[in-house]
Amino acid sequence: MSTRRSRLWIIASVVALVVSFGLATSIGAAGPSSWHAIRGLFGGQLDDVDRAIVFDIRLPRIVLAGLVGSMLSVAGASYQGVFRNPLVDPYLLGVAAGAGLGATAMFAAGRDRFASWPVSPVPAVAFFGGLLAVALTYAVGVAFGGAAKGSSANLVLAGVAVTSLFTAVQTYVLQRNNDVIREVYTWILGRLTTATWADVRLVLPYVLGSFVVLLMHRRQLDLLRVGEVEAATLGVDVARIRLTVVIVATLGTAAAVSVSGLIGFVGVVVPHVIRLLVGSTYRLILPLSLVLGATFVIVADLLGRTLISPAELPIGVVTAFVGAPFFMVLLLMRRVES
Amino acid sequence: MSSRFRRFGALLAISLSVMACSSDDGSTDSTSPVTSATGVTTAGTEASSGTTNEAEPSDATTAPAPSVTEAGVTTPDTAAVAPTPTADAAPPAVGFPVTVIADNGEIVIDDRPAAIISLSPTATEILFAIGAGDQVLAVDNQSNFPAEAAAKSSDLSGFEPNVEAIAGMKPDLVVIADDTKALSASLGQLGINTIYQPPVANLDGAYVQIAQLGKATGHDAEAEALVLDMQSKVGEILAGVKPPAAPVRVFHEVDNTGYSATSATFIGEVYTLLGLQNIADLVEDTSGYPQLSIERIISADPQIIFLGDTLYGESKATVAARPGWDVISAVKTGNVIELDSDVASRWGPRTVDLIRQVADALAALGA
Repeated sequence: MSTRRSRLWIIASVVALVVSFGLATSIGAAGPSSWHAIRGLFGGQLDDVDRAIVFDIRLPRIVLAGLVGSMLSVAGASYQGVFRNPLVDPYLLGVAAGAGLGATAMFAAGRDRFASWPVSPVPAVAFFGGLLAVALTYAVGVAFGGAAKGSSANLVLAGVAVTSLFTAVQTYVLQRNNDVIREVYTWILGRLTTATWADVRLVLPYVLGSFVVLLMHRRQLDLLRVGEVEAATLGVDVARIRLTVVIVATLGTAAAVSVSGLIGFVGVVVPHVIRLLVGSTYRLILPLSLVLGATFVIVADLLGRTLISPAELPIGVVTAFVGAPFFMVLLLMRRVES
Repeated sequence: MSSRFRRFGALLAISLSVMACSSDDGSTDSTSPVTSATGVTTAGTEASSGTTNEAEPSDATTAPAPSVTEAGVTTPDTAAVAPTPTADAAPPAVGFPVTVIADNGEIVIDDRPAAIISLSPTATEILFAIGAGDQVLAVDNQSNFPAEAAAKSSDLSGFEPNVEAIAGMKPDLVVIADDTKALSASLGQLGINTIYQPPVANLDGAYVQIAQLGKATGHDAEAEALVLDMQSKVGEILAGVKPPAAPVRVFHEVDNTGYSATSATFIGEVYTLLGLQNIADLVEDTSGYPQLSIERIISADPQIIFLGDTLYGESKATVAARPGWDVISAVKTGNVIELDSDVASRWGPRTVDLIRQVADALAALGA
């Protein structure tokens, strides 16, 4: 693909992001009418209630949705690159199950216990739960020789096993503490509802750091596409790259999941759509995932909070509801192509 | 079901060891031979009150003859115990059998229950309020009021009921508030009477359940008195409320993600009774517990916020600390009311206290 077309794609996706950001800022269950919110962003007059709604409730939510969407998409694309499998999602190695168990354990321990703490420990524990699960997956995968020998199959299988294990423990904890089922359920469906600037500050360093490192690896991911053995002969240290990408993508995903809950399908669908549009070079897929991932989740969240307004639809429901049919169409088209 | 129960009751009346030894009522027998020892004392009082039951002689013929003799031989001590408490057990047994029409159908109770298991914190409060506390054998792990009830707390869960554990305690009546696991049917198969009392939508529903429990336990008069007392107290509270000039907007918080309760719920009716305008009614909803957008809560500008989630650590302070919430009238004026989560989520006698707390908050707003 020519550089000029690549540049056009980047520009078009940035425009899409800006438009979605503008729409999301303007539309809501309440608050200032139409473009007054945008004018407010640029110093226009807003009354106290409208100001609180736009700056304290809506904006942090949009920014967080964007960050989480970008992170899941970039992590998804990177995972797909190192595992050379387009169906892989960022939750593959157990980060979601680990984070879910961490959050469930905290809810079960009783939120009242932490009410006086300056920050809720739930995101932190979810974060470390996610990391723990992936570390376990990696240890098991390597112990069986998979990663060391450059084959990813064992790692994926270990991920499946660890996910099942953590999910089982989570289910058990939930059964023993069924008074928190609704809280955990809300968390699992994704909760951007109560997003604050504090959440944004919490994930920002991890997400930005992951972006930088993952984007730096886009050329190696392209080499890996040819094949693991071939990439190795071209001087690519496959095992090292896989380890780096997995660690960094997992850190970012765990951070995103810890504040937003589990938002499904983003990490699979967004990179796929991009592949369909621009082809399979990671030099383009990764930056476009960053921009369009944010756009997708911002729009999904906009739908979630306006479709049945003033009630809310969980973000996870919207992304899956839009994502799943889309995914099916995509698979159908692939079959038609081949 | 009722014929099975009648035979079950008759077996108890004849012999205590029948339950452990007879192969006739197999499903009950097999549950737990270990508990037969503890079952002795409970069944003893049961047996004594059972002697006044006119159904006994006819049903006795269906009881297997061998177990009668077996009982007489193997457990002579219980035979001696059985007749003694007859005197004090006799008066309340008058009026039985009764038929209670509950949400799970008609339940025929042959005898005054003496071993009730309550898996509903609300039912527990009602049972103790109508003087049936002595008849309660055990309550579920959520029942914590009154103190006498908490003393009978067990590991039993109303949400994750273990049929064997319940049957093993040999109750003669089980009261539940959740039947999603078909508990009433399972217990019915074991011949154990079950009254299903799901959450109600208004005070009248609560009064009906109080009357049901009164009838089922032989405390009709006390139940009637409790209902009258609640009605008069609620009437007094309502009479004391000065109608505000303009409707007062309230937000009832179920959790900190915007879940609330509409007027179609029990807690919502409390606000309706006091003439408050519930902002959750802005939402089209069938569940009664919609999730409101935080934006909408702020723009609806409730004048009073009631916290139903204090159990989860929410308080006046945590609400005030939420970004953006400082512009809400209720937060500005400090009208964020911390409700007792238990009282706010149950529909028993303490609902009167809840109504009083809400009325006080309303009065404070006007002052």
